[in-house]
Amino acid sequence: MRIAGALLRHSAGRIGLVIIGVLTVAAVLGLLGLTPHDPLAQDRLARLQPPGGSYFMGTDLFGRDILSRLMVGVGQSFTVAFLSVGIAATAGTVLGLTAAWFGGLWDGVAMRMMDVLLAFPAILLALLIVAILEAGMATSVLAIAVVYTPIFTRVARGPALSLKTRSFVDAARTFGSSRRYILTRHLLGNLVAPLTVQFTLALAWALLTEAALSFLGLGTQPPNPSLGLMLSDSRNLMEMAPWMLIFPAAVIMLAVLGFNLLGDALRDIADPRSRRALT
Amino acid sequence: MSYFLRRLAVFPLVMLGVSVFVFIAIRLVPGDAITAMLGTEGGMLTPAQREALTAYFGLDQNWAVQYLRWLGGLFRGDLGISVTYGQPVLQIILDRFPLTLQLALMSMVIALLIGLPAGVYAATRADRPSDLLVRVFAMIGQSMPNFVVALLAIYILSVGFGVLPTMGRYVPFREDPLGNLAQMILPAIALGTAFAAAVTRISRAAMLDILSEDYVRTARSQGFSQRYVIWRHALPNALIPVLTLSGVEFGYLLGGAVIVEQIFALPGLGRVVLDAILQRDYALVQGVVLFIAFNFMLVNLLVDLAYAALDPRIRYGDRP
Repeated sequence: MRIAGALLRHSAGRIGLVIIGVLTVAAVLGLLGLTPHDPLAQDRLARLQPPGGSYFMGTDLFGRDILSRLMVGVGQSFTVAFLSVGIAATAGTVLGLTAAWFGGLWDGVAMRMMDVLLAFPAILLALLIVAILEAGMATSVLAIAVVYTPIFTRVARGPALSLKTRSFVDAARTFGSSRRYILTRHLLGNLVAPLTVQFTLALAWALLTEAALSFLGLGTQPPNPSLGLMLSDSRNLMEMAPWMLIFPAAVIMLAVLGFNLLGDALRDIADPRSRRALT
Repeated sequence: MSYFLRRLAVFPLVMLGVSVFVFIAIRLVPGDAITAMLGTEGGMLTPAQREALTAYFGLDQNWAVQYLRWLGGLFRGDLGISVTYGQPVLQIILDRFPLTLQLALMSMVIALLIGLPAGVYAATRADRPSDLLVRVFAMIGQSMPNFVVALLAIYILSVGFGVLPTMGRYVPFREDPLGNLAQMILPAIALGTAFAAAVTRISRAAMLDILSEDYVRTARSQGFSQRYVIWRHALPNALIPVLTLSGVEFGYLLGGAVIVEQIFALPGLGRVVLDAILQRDYALVQGVVLFIAFNFMLVNLLVDLAYAALDPRIRYGDRP
């Protein structure tokens, strides 16, 4: 609640909250099937209808309602983004914390493995993983999770290394606190702020990667709607039906913008020194 | 000094790890390369023909042998033969790389030409309306995926000006410089937009930091003009983080812009890698991915070393 209050007092945070709030409502409605039209239903008499009437954002080549498809698409994108970043954050934090705590061989092996993953541009690594598994939503989640795990590992390991040598950790050890207690209560507890910032920013990247994969036909499979696929569909029809391009483009941009604004605002709140520079 | 040596020592180790990762990843792809190459016609092969082809591409050996042979070949500059192109992988990479390099360079020039002045301008007018405007634009720019910029640019050109970007056959720069630039400018803008926004943000942040430093205040109090202080004292130091960011972004772009190349039908590394993955062309994917990872790591290494050399305050030895 304190964070929500702080976000509301932060101008960029406020805008970010509103954007993500509105998109989340649309996403939830889309996932629950509460869309104005059936997103898969084809109305053959209403192909490529411009926005207006019962089709608020127009229809596509098959006479499907763009708004309904966008709502489901945002739902899919958000699901993939939250799941993949959730997995990446969990795996990365566990790896980073244990690497910092145990040091030695485990630290070396874990961090070199992360170095190997970091040697690939994100989309390339995601493409490789999608090629191994079958294209689809679950694969996108896994691919994006693998891509962003090293970043969380680094975010967790760095501060954990310095926390480990602090006197309150020594004190906890002296008093006989268990390893698990120290790792979760003292180390993890102090990493919540940087991890939250990273989590929010990673959501923006995950959305981009998901959209990129589905744009290439390697994410969500048709006829299910997804933002990337809708953009890809608009390529040959944009002159005739610009609404097929404009609305999905605007939604992707707003979603990424929203998470970027939230991430920046959270960073300001967590570290007021960065405030002036980065807002 | 120890930082330089350590950083250099880790490089080949990670490269080796990358090669193992790529090698295994490709072999986990379902389906075999021969079937993928020949499609339905693969069914018409006699068992003997299939065996001969498998042996020709070295696919009949076990993984360890295949890996060592591949690794040995790498050192001789032999990345294998692409089954889809019927050409040496290295040749395909060398053919496509100039386009990718040109695109990356053009995007970086666009990003720096827009981002640097915008960032410095905003920093010198911190918290005024013009600063706010630059920040809003930078934030929006950073949230624009390159393929969205690409599609919007095509739309604006075709509907607003009635021109379609030149697609179709790619014209190399040395054949027709103007035709080449006309072909490359839109993709470069698509890739340069978010890059420019990032440069704007980082150069503004760095300038603001430096403008509040004691030595800048001292220079000002000595009566030097604002312009002199900015150009002589602040900007050179603000360039360090800009250099780091540009280096990392440039490294990314050298990996080929998979989607933008796809949209503009440009035969760069991004297109090759996507096609190779879809075709299950083992040798080609291995070679190109390794090449991209190598470039990416090399650029990052150079950026880190340049960063350490430029900013003597950095005590890498103390870093956890």
